[in-house]
Amino acid sequence: MASSWFGASVKRKEDPAFLQGRGQYVDDIHLPGTLHAAFVRSAYAHAKIGKIDKRAALALPGVHAVLVYADLPESVRAQTLPLLVPHPAIRQPRMPYALAKDEACYAGEPLACVIADSRYIAEDAAQLVAVDYVPLPAVNDCRAALAADAPPAHAGADSNTAARFPVKVGDADRAFAGAAHVFREQIHQHRGGPFFMECRGVVAHFDAPTQGYTLYVSSQGSHRIKRCMLDMFDLGDHQMRVITPDVGGGFGPKGSFYPEYVNVAVASRLLNRPVKWIEDRRENFLATHQERDQYWDMEIAVDADAKILGVRGQLIHETGAYVPWGIVLPWIAATTVPGPYVIPHFKLDVISVFTNKIQTTPVRGAGRPEAVTTMERLMDRVARELKLERAEVRRRNFIQPEQMPYNVGIIFRDGRPVTYDSGDYPACQAAALEAAGYADFGARQAAARAAGRYLGIGAANAVEATGLGPYEGATVRVSTSGKIVVYTGATPQGQSHKTTLAQIAADPLGVDFNDVTIVTADTASIALGIGSFAARTAVNAGSSVHLAAVEVAAKARKIAAGMMECVEDELELADGYVRLKSAPDVRKSLREIAVKSIGMPGFSMAGGLAPGLEHTAYFTPDQAVYANGTHVAEVEVDIETGAVSITRYTVAHDCGRVINPMIVDGQIVGGVAHGIGNALYERMVYDDDAQPLSTNFGEYLLPLATDVPHVDLVHLETPSPLNPLGIKGAGEGGTIPAIAAIISAVENALAPFGVTIAEAPISPQRIVELLGAAALGRTA
Amino acid sequence: MADIRTITLNVNGRAYAREVETRLTLVDFLRHELALTGTHVGCEHGVCGACTVLVDGVSVRACLMLAVQCDGAGVTTVEALSAGEKLSPLQQAFQDNHGLQCGFCTPGMLMTLTEFLRDNPDPTAAEVRAALSGNLCRCTGYQAIVAATLDAAKRIRENA
Repeated sequence: MASSWFGASVKRKEDPAFLQGRGQYVDDIHLPGTLHAAFVRSAYAHAKIGKIDKRAALALPGVHAVLVYADLPESVRAQTLPLLVPHPAIRQPRMPYALAKDEACYAGEPLACVIADSRYIAEDAAQLVAVDYVPLPAVNDCRAALAADAPPAHAGADSNTAARFPVKVGDADRAFAGAAHVFREQIHQHRGGPFFMECRGVVAHFDAPTQGYTLYVSSQGSHRIKRCMLDMFDLGDHQMRVITPDVGGGFGPKGSFYPEYVNVAVASRLLNRPVKWIEDRRENFLATHQERDQYWDMEIAVDADAKILGVRGQLIHETGAYVPWGIVLPWIAATTVPGPYVIPHFKLDVISVFTNKIQTTPVRGAGRPEAVTTMERLMDRVARELKLERAEVRRRNFIQPEQMPYNVGIIFRDGRPVTYDSGDYPACQAAALEAAGYADFGARQAAARAAGRYLGIGAANAVEATGLGPYEGATVRVSTSGKIVVYTGATPQGQSHKTTLAQIAADPLGVDFNDVTIVTADTASIALGIGSFAARTAVNAGSSVHLAAVEVAAKARKIAAGMMECVEDELELADGYVRLKSAPDVRKSLREIAVKSIGMPGFSMAGGLAPGLEHTAYFTPDQAVYANGTHVAEVEVDIETGAVSITRYTVAHDCGRVINPMIVDGQIVGGVAHGIGNALYERMVYDDDAQPLSTNFGEYLLPLATDVPHVDLVHLETPSPLNPLGIKGAGEGGTIPAIAAIISAVENALAPFGVTIAEAPISPQRIVELLGAAALGRTA
Repeated sequence: MADIRTITLNVNGRAYAREVETRLTLVDFLRHELALTGTHVGCEHGVCGACTVLVDGVSVRACLMLAVQCDGAGVTTVEALSAGEKLSPLQQAFQDNHGLQCGFCTPGMLMTLTEFLRDNPDPTAAEVRAALSGNLCRCTGYQAIVAATLDAAKRIRENA
């Protein structure tokens, strides 16, 4: 049957409810008798925690409980929160307790949990909890943390090194020894946080009759949270149901497991009432994971023709106070450096370092924006030094399409060699440059300079591992009412799964996509799940939905063939029926077939078929699939104020076959805005004692509608050979090369002044500072 | 201990009389007392615009206004924008142009733009962006929201 829904820009099924204020986000869930939680959080970035006096708080009318570490159940006291991705390179697998035991290691670490009739009263009471602190020296910078005399981020530790590992391809030192040119760049990048519009939140409900918990949580993966909760509470599979309702953005950090979830569950059991905690925005700045500083000290070796011989250096990565995702971030960053370029020899020393700040975990792009910015800064440097056009230097080094599949020579975090499955990188850059009017830019720039205005252009390329395993699953079920439902552990936060997965299911089943309901992220509906992050759902859940729907269609034909006394090959699915191809009026509805499929009491199942018109599939990809893209930014810099405005922005990208072009466009453009924030605005500031100073949206700047330009998109489509639909991920490609392109453009605009830029974000103040330093012939 | 007042107000065409604590914000009143959960809380300090509602026809940040300040006022929230199941032209344009992803900022966007289009029926893209500059969206990059607003303005003008 012809594919009709896959590839169509159908309108989203999610929208009518959201547009009418009928979404069901976690704070919209109200269970009768709900109590409210507020947390007492460490006022210091590093302190010993002595006595916590809760008497005054407990005396306040409306307060039901104040929990400290000693009040937690034994299984919760006995362990820290789980480290989600262990790895032998982790030297100190430090993780927090649900409430601090005797030491707080970042400002905002939960010390006590107050439960009251309302959030207002809970916050009043939290202020009455008296904590005896003994402040300890705090470390606020990951480079300073490595000094021999640096204070330890964890009392008693003999070093602040969380993990250290090498990444190696070929023999970099030998390649450098014979190189015509070697250039060194030291690059600092700061990525900021997710800053989804809906803060985190959770409702826990302990149900005494069944001795089980239901947890509603704003997350990116219900099943992993369930697994963590089972561990924390030492429960059987039947005693914890996790449901993720509508989610107001995630961008990575809602995929982590947080202490608040444990505490509200403890409180719910203790008080036998539902308990709700909704993060406020200040807490969000203090206690939601961010993705923070990386310092790269890198060298590139090229031959006389600017062909890369090797890249080597060191990456110092800040993990913050704990290591919830192990070395995932620095590993992704390290393995993303080569990108679309042939780099025969590569060597990187990666150190992940503790500081007394909130933990870092993946935020949209997950280490890749930093890696791409680093590599593209090196490419610009080569162009400048060898007096070559910047795009030409890239052209000379691209992996060619006929080299696919291309083994980069390094091991990715899925344990597999980084092997690009497909893609045409030269064509992608060429398409982007063409659409951006790159060839004509010199004339635009010259005209502007003549008028005293400074325009710049920058291009950046990226290759992104998407669709990571291990799997996502889907159960496709035609109920005996004829209604079709798909259950999956995929956990949307705005990516439109309820539309795109319905499009995928509708084609093999021969129905309208509106007749397929997608149920996401309820652990009671499907046994296993991973969740939605790392641009993985279209590949993993999408393939599973496809495989399951194809099986259900085959089963429907088999059952219908028995009912209609014909052979399966004569049948097709269309319009909700299985019908004879030769006589479409001879047909059985999916409803009739579903009723037949479940059998009748006392009668044997015919033909050895498993009961039910349903199938569960778990797509388990062998490796990541690699999307790619080129961004071109054109900017104007005001040399008096340092203000940067992005005047034109072009993206060419390739994410394989596209399920819904409208939705992919939205993902790309939204991702660009996030990258613009990282390039120009978003900076999480701490003082010397690691106290956060930017804890609201007046101090931490997100890009506004007036900051983000219109983005022109060019689509290329190289289907992946590694999954049944030819899909690659699209959720992060908008962000990943954006910083690199914008920084390159700003530097290009300021070329007449000899300014070079090796950091992001780049603020107006910093641009003015760099201009002043250049004028004085100094390094700022 | 709590300071309680009785307020009467009209929300989405319906009259309410309620006893409220003086410190209760308008947004918490709408969400938790009246169960109108379409209005969202994004920052509680007046920057993100997710809680935007109209009070006597003028957009306000419901996180920065107390419920008692609305005594005697008329409040309009996102729940009142559509007639039954039929989306308003602005809502329909949002769906048609993919002007929302996670949907969390959307009610505030719609309320800001309802006021804006009422006062500016034929705006330019730059004017729409300026109007939106008090509403944060982390998903869309604003482009589709701008397109939806221009599309809605056109539809409203054509049906006027």
